[in-house]
Amino acid sequence: MAIDVETVRKVARLARIAEPEARLAGLAQELSTIVAWIEQLGEVDTDGVEPMTSCVAAKLPLRDDVVSDGGKRDDILENAPRSDKGFFVVPKVVE
Amino acid sequence: MSDLTAMTLKGALGGLESKSFSAVELAQAHVDAIAAANPRLNAFVLETPEKALEMAKASDARRASGEAGPLEGISLGVKDLFCTEGVQATAGSNILKGFIPPYESTVTANLWHDGAVMLGKLNMDEFAMGSSNETSAFGPVTNPWKGAGSNQALTPGGSSGGSAAAVAADLCLGATATDTGGSIRQPASFTGTVGIKPTYGRCSRWGVVAFASSLDQAGPIAKTVEDSAILLRSMSGHDPKDSTSLDVDVPDFVSFVGKSVKGLRIGIPDEYRIDGMPEEIARLWDQGVEWLKAAGCEIKRVSLPHTKYALPAYYIVAPAEASSNLARYDGMRYGLRAEGGSLTEVYENTRAEGFGDEVKRRILIGAYVLSAGYYDAYYLKAQKVRRKIADDFDAVFQEVDALLTPTAPSAAFALGDRNADPIAMYLNDVFTVTVNLAGLPGISVPAGLDAGGLPLGLQLIGRALDEGTLFSLAGAVEDAAAFRAKPARWW
Repeated sequence: MAIDVETVRKVARLARIAEPEARLAGLAQELSTIVAWIEQLGEVDTDGVEPMTSCVAAKLPLRDDVVSDGGKRDDILENAPRSDKGFFVVPKVVE
Repeated sequence: MSDLTAMTLKGALGGLESKSFSAVELAQAHVDAIAAANPRLNAFVLETPEKALEMAKASDARRASGEAGPLEGISLGVKDLFCTEGVQATAGSNILKGFIPPYESTVTANLWHDGAVMLGKLNMDEFAMGSSNETSAFGPVTNPWKGAGSNQALTPGGSSGGSAAAVAADLCLGATATDTGGSIRQPASFTGTVGIKPTYGRCSRWGVVAFASSLDQAGPIAKTVEDSAILLRSMSGHDPKDSTSLDVDVPDFVSFVGKSVKGLRIGIPDEYRIDGMPEEIARLWDQGVEWLKAAGCEIKRVSLPHTKYALPAYYIVAPAEASSNLARYDGMRYGLRAEGGSLTEVYENTRAEGFGDEVKRRILIGAYVLSAGYYDAYYLKAQKVRRKIADDFDAVFQEVDALLTPTAPSAAFALGDRNADPIAMYLNDVFTVTVNLAGLPGISVPAGLDAGGLPLGLQLIGRALDEGTLFSLAGAVEDAAAFRAKPARWW
């Protein structure tokens, strides 16, 4: 199915990527080509096939519910674009 | 001391043991080689000479006190996808420039624990999304190989192009790499090096920047099959910090290299003989069959009927997982933060500025195939096709012990040649991506040169957790091919 400019705008919004208006038509074209190519999967009969979500057959392991790591606030804040008094500083969320 | 860099990893271990040279001398030789070569090859995005010499000094002290580990004093490069404590890790992206991990990835920690020395961080396609190294925010790596009589700059392949180029140019004795759709094996094929993607779960993903978590797997790029076996043994092992890490013993992979392959059954999949495959690659593949036959293997034609659907399935599964994994780059806790009028605008501008075009393209595809109304038609469908691809392998591994295929559909191509058409670039992984979808091990071994003097690799694919058989077979191909060519030095 061809992807139109409106769909690109919506998907870019979902992905939180600012795409300038001028790029939307080009992107729609590119994404349509890729999606047309992946649509050949429609040729494969997958009725009754269990979707494969992982190569690892084993059940995911559980560990004891205890604290095993932590106390690294300053290490974590080291890479923050902005921080203050042990907190991340982010743009205002609530007016 | 330039001959120190020309050695294999195994040879260097011997020299260190016999005290012919020290780990410091070995590290210094590599540091000098990198400083001289990197302005032209661009294989390293960060050189860490002080750290290398400091680690080498500590290594010499350990050896002197009789505590040498299996990689004691060996100088390695690390793909910039691995978090390295106190040393920048960017995944080849502007969005992570300046990010200094406060922790070490399990794979690199395993290497340092075994005595290895870090020379620096290696260039790669941004977030490992690419097959030519051209999506890197640091500019592409140039392949040390050039066509006969040509001065054209070639791609080393991708995404582990820095790793492959550095090993091929003798800038390190081996390197870490990762493979989501072919990113270890295709660059190995393009540079005349050996690269193995082990079974999914063999190497911990902890501390490796995530691209597509159900496909990502670390492995080494090395100069010889034996060197790759030595490195993989140190890199592997169960890690409780990665829930998909396999809790199984790590065999002594090196003991499989040189073992007889007599009586092993090798499958030759019909579907890998694709239209438009260069004659030389088809011929090399036939030659590989003859080599293994001469070594006593039994050759069988087999069929993997869903092969042609592997790439389209991959280009749903991988972008879907990537769009989810890369949601973390929001400019709040680490990495780049752009300005904006509202919180949403800050997110949107940060990601627009920080990500390159290919990464954006894949995030958009991923968000699209996961979005309401399309999930079943694309994502669920791809997961079902993935099951059929894995079932194909299960069926042929009832009849054969391993498969032999070409690694890539071409030799190294010119930088700039294929980046106008995303699908043409994706087709690089046509022979490698099936293995990632099924979680199986695959190794690329240099097998010959094409008419233009460029290396070509053959790939061996094995059963899950049967890397041992792959090392035996890869060793047999390596012996028969007697591939000794090195790129003529121009850098």
